[in-house]
Amino acid sequence: MRIALVGQPNCGKSTLFNQVAGYKALTANFPGTTVTYTLSRVSLGREVVELVDLPGTYSLAGANPAESVAQSFLLERGVDVVINVVDASLLARSLDLTLELLDLGLPIVLALNMMDEAQRKGITIDRAQLSAALGVPVVPLIARKGIGVRELFATARQAARQSARPASIHFSRDVENALTQIAAVLDQSLSLPPRLAAIKLLEGNAAMRERARAGAPLALTQAERFASELVASRGRPADAVIASERHAVALNLFEATATVARAGAADWRDRMDDVLLHPVGGYAALLLILFLFFQFVYGVGRLVEEPMLTLFDGIVARLAVALGETTLAFELANGVVSGIAGGIAIVLPYLVPFLLGLSLLEDIGYLPRVAFLVDGLMHRLGLHGKAVIPFILGYGCNVPAVMATRILEEPRDRVIAATLATMVPCAARLTVVFGLAAFYLGPVAALGIYTLNLIVVALTGAILTRLMPEATPGLILEMPVYRLPTLQTMLAKSYYRVREFVVVAWPILIVGSIVLSLLEFLQLDRWVNLLLAPLTGLLGLPQAVGTTLIFGVLRKELALAMLRQALNTTDVATVLSAGQMLTFTVFIVFYIPCLATLAALYRELGRRQTLGVAALTTGLAIAIALVVRGALWVVGIQ
Amino acid sequence: MTLLELPEDTQAKIVSIGGGRGAQQQLRELGLFPGDTIRLVRRAAFRGPLLVECRGTQIALGRGIAAKIRVE
Repeated sequence: MRIALVGQPNCGKSTLFNQVAGYKALTANFPGTTVTYTLSRVSLGREVVELVDLPGTYSLAGANPAESVAQSFLLERGVDVVINVVDASLLARSLDLTLELLDLGLPIVLALNMMDEAQRKGITIDRAQLSAALGVPVVPLIARKGIGVRELFATARQAARQSARPASIHFSRDVENALTQIAAVLDQSLSLPPRLAAIKLLEGNAAMRERARAGAPLALTQAERFASELVASRGRPADAVIASERHAVALNLFEATATVARAGAADWRDRMDDVLLHPVGGYAALLLILFLFFQFVYGVGRLVEEPMLTLFDGIVARLAVALGETTLAFELANGVVSGIAGGIAIVLPYLVPFLLGLSLLEDIGYLPRVAFLVDGLMHRLGLHGKAVIPFILGYGCNVPAVMATRILEEPRDRVIAATLATMVPCAARLTVVFGLAAFYLGPVAALGIYTLNLIVVALTGAILTRLMPEATPGLILEMPVYRLPTLQTMLAKSYYRVREFVVVAWPILIVGSIVLSLLEFLQLDRWVNLLLAPLTGLLGLPQAVGTTLIFGVLRKELALAMLRQALNTTDVATVLSAGQMLTFTVFIVFYIPCLATLAALYRELGRRQTLGVAALTTGLAIAIALVVRGALWVVGIQ
Repeated sequence: MTLLELPEDTQAKIVSIGGGRGAQQQLRELGLFPGDTIRLVRRAAFRGPLLVECRGTQIALGRGIAAKIRVE
């Protein structure tokens, strides 16, 4: 049995999914967190079912790639029952999608999620009446706390077994007449419910028109004729007519089944925006929050990095005595220990606090507020505020950032946002900035690098948008209510992201360290370094860092984690000057995105763009590193 | 007048929604239809977007879009 979770963005589908399947789908308090579907086999009672978490979709129109995923999955992937998750506190608006889903011809269960939030807003819903009016079972739910989950899935399985098809709603006579005639011509030719296909064709849905062009050209001409008739008689395009009628039905349904009491006293949620979105105070708060976040990561990281490094250096020193410093056995053991140390002492101390902090900001719902605050500034870059969400995600990891560009409607916006997102210093690069520049030169160095990065990203954005001029339609973004995240979700989410480092990156780091040890033992590292000598020479760096630049393409943290080993020192400061450290860090921050990001770019934008981004970032990295080197030389820092 | 000219913390009724087809559709999906009552909650600085509220949902709208929404 296959159960699909469908609902509008940010209604808690992924939260529900995680309650049943374990933490497998990333959740956050902003619309568009899920951009592709996650599938998991879960056992419910004695039965194993396939549960699918689909990207949030406001309607079945497929305005952006993330929404199209939901639409085509529902139509083509043999779903047995749909669980329509709605945010009960936004029921009036959510019913539009529910009514649209009725036409899918699939059994549906309506899950009224966030019942606690609805209660807080003074909304009471008559479930029995709503269920009778829609012809689908209605189950109350608080997915965040796991309340109602069991009943929901029991109801869903029952609905699937009975394969009850809900009845669709009736539009006014002229629309109904058009739909009947289009559906009659269609019959089963598109292997979809004819009424659904007829509605989509009348609305002028691009994907459905494409399908009909091959499978039912007659129906397509019919639909076009009726659509222009509707424009003539109603003075509005057919999709607007259909949506308005559906909306009217939804509103009536809401009024008949729900009552809204006078909302309770304003609580912290309502007052928080007075500060955080204030025309002056909002920006001060933004800077303060970023500063505190920065201090938190730096403080925790530094507290752990120092003693840990001392500990591992002690181990290496003892190994050198025990095994003899020039033996192969020592080189191998040194490689293993350096690899482990790189993870524990250098990467994790900064990664863990960073991810915890990011989870907090995400789950409270602060990110859309940032989009609101910076939209005016983003417009000068030719993008609108929604594009800031991929950027902010980019500070965690560039891979989800590149994927998150799917929430943007315009292909041109996606190209620019994805390109810029790869230049945002991710958590891996953060460890280089903090573990090297801030650790040896103080937090000001890190702050400077981040500021420099922001300026470069902004300038690149401004140039790219001049190269691809097009008026962006502007920001349309739902502002979710603040939610108090549970500690459990924050920990689960941070663990989910840290695991990515532990499972994928750390083994590469350990193997990389061993390979570097072997290269050094066989004295082959010299050739790699010689090959890169023109680059390292140009940047004024020691030749020995050449190998780390190669490993850095695999994973950015490797560049730093292997630096100590490559330079053959326990104290980088004795080999690299302050200027060299800064030049090195700046270069690492900007040059070629890591392999995983390149792969994500390739999937989203294709080969040409990916190569373009690789070339652009490498060119930029060299240029900026040279400028930094020159500037440092001018002010007298070697 | 357009939504852009509405004073802060004032309610108004949407008369018509103009603009591109895609933008119109997105606004409908968020529950903004002609005839609905909306409230302008606040404006962002730096000629930034407007925050409006309609039936419990808060929506940030860019100025270009707000200029195409007529209210009374």
